[in-house]
Amino acid sequence: MKVRLKDTFENYFFILPAIVMFATFSIYPFFKVFQLSAYEWDGISSTMRFVGLANFWDIFRHNTVWWTSVWNAVYVTLLALTFQNILALLLALACDRKIRGGHVYRVIFYLPPVLSGIVVGLIWSWIYDGNYGLLNHWLKAIGLDGLTRSWLSDPKTALTSVAVIHMWKGFGWGFVILLAGLQNIPRELYEAARVDGANAWQVFKEVTIPMMIPVFILVAILTVLGTMQIFDIIISTTGGGPGYHTEVPVTRILSTMTGTSQFGYACAEGIIFGILLLLVSLFQMRIGKTFRQAP
Amino acid sequence: MYSVTQYRAKRFGLKLVMQLFCAGVAATCLFPLFWMAASSLKTQETVFSDFSLLPSNPQWLNYVNAWTKGGFGVYFLNSIFYSTVVVVGIVLISSLAAYAFARLRFPGRQFFFILFLATMMIPIPGAFIALYVLLNKLGLINTHWGYILPQINGGLALSIFLLKTFFEKLPKDLEDSARIDGCTKWGIYWHLAMPLAKPAIAVVVIFNVLAVWNEYLLAMLVLTDKELMPLQRGLMVFQGAHITQYPLLMAGMTISVIPIVVVYLLMQRYIIEGITAGAIKG
Repeated sequence: MKVRLKDTFENYFFILPAIVMFATFSIYPFFKVFQLSAYEWDGISSTMRFVGLANFWDIFRHNTVWWTSVWNAVYVTLLALTFQNILALLLALACDRKIRGGHVYRVIFYLPPVLSGIVVGLIWSWIYDGNYGLLNHWLKAIGLDGLTRSWLSDPKTALTSVAVIHMWKGFGWGFVILLAGLQNIPRELYEAARVDGANAWQVFKEVTIPMMIPVFILVAILTVLGTMQIFDIIISTTGGGPGYHTEVPVTRILSTMTGTSQFGYACAEGIIFGILLLLVSLFQMRIGKTFRQAP
Repeated sequence: MYSVTQYRAKRFGLKLVMQLFCAGVAATCLFPLFWMAASSLKTQETVFSDFSLLPSNPQWLNYVNAWTKGGFGVYFLNSIFYSTVVVVGIVLISSLAAYAFARLRFPGRQFFFILFLATMMIPIPGAFIALYVLLNKLGLINTHWGYILPQINGGLALSIFLLKTFFEKLPKDLEDSARIDGCTKWGIYWHLAMPLAKPAIAVVVIFNVLAVWNEYLLAMLVLTDKELMPLQRGLMVFQGAHITQYPLLMAGMTISVIPIVVVYLLMQRYIIEGITAGAIKG
């Protein structure tokens, strides 16, 4: 009995380092965020003023900039969900057909996702530059001088331009997952449908789409979570400007924290944002279930 | 009724359209990178006028200047250091825990494992504020460890998940015979399970190297001293101070991109396997 107890006790040493790290750098901050959100605190001074839910109340009632930033992220997310994922799906369908060089394409399409958001943002901010940018240079070359502008500092185009960078960086990741999903579909299903006389479109509608629903839901959830938390690309291109036109939740939380030193308020913003993300994911999983149950 | 020729022509046409489509997108992926590399070899004057991808008079000296005067040498070595330490930490800590979750029996095993998984699922966008407060209390702001420890923790959950799945698939007979031969648990973990887990460890290493190499937010919050900064942070500092020195900035960016592209090309099979395995199963 004593030996067994010692034996079990020894097993805990295997998970001890992980538990210690986890308790310190994940669990403690998690609860600390909730505690701080009820205080007014500048992050330095020893006195903190308890304000209850006042921070949350203020965000809901008065903080239009915060809700602008949420809307901006939603806008980029909607573009990513549609354009980025449709592009990824089309490419995946093409490469699933065993076209020549399919392997090389797979390697190339996944190259932008492995680059850092900072590098990608810096390259593209030069492409978009108003004076020396490649985009304007090409537009002039084909006679579209009227369209040239300073893409990232023009309020009309800034957010969409940033969204294009984000989609350029992200589509390859959706492509890889969708392609893996397509390759998981048993080939016999296609053959059987063909034998029954279905044309290409019918096969796609009746075989490919139903088989891919779980993968679509997964890609949709991860696209939303990833895009809503967009940050590196913003900081290396516009920094949130012009005005608040490309401000997103993470940049807001950061400037509330480091810019105006409202640590408690920033935590409240973080919690509201976290709950929003959780609700959207749950909603998407719910839709996924309904789809799977429907015949 | 289609004739065979018509059918073949249609198929050929479809393949051609798909081929052109893929090639076009691939060019869009590659062009900005080639352009970055080309610009890093131009002079301050030609960089705004010469739009060619092969500069006629390549300025290799730009790299020397970026490395020394631009500070990218320091940033580069820092990035290598951080990536190495963080990844070694993640592999050791996560493999120990994953082995216990897969093979050892103890009360609370299920509870702790689900706790780890939960952090992978629940997004806490404000957690970095509390993390900053904590690091400040511990005196770790603007230190190596302040940047390393949170990143080790950040990589644990996914790595434990990947390694546990792998350990569970290992045949138990091997371990049983090792135990009969008098091997301790630690011995089995280190001499038997770890060498067998090399393919899974490779996936863990690559994913975490990519994550650490590309990390920015934590570096911005924690590190204020240029001597401690990794490449991504260094790029933003350089860009802020010398916004117009495009060739040097592009040289710095190329320096930061080359290692990641090399690792990616060598290991892309593992990377693509890793994402698809993680995504489809998880």
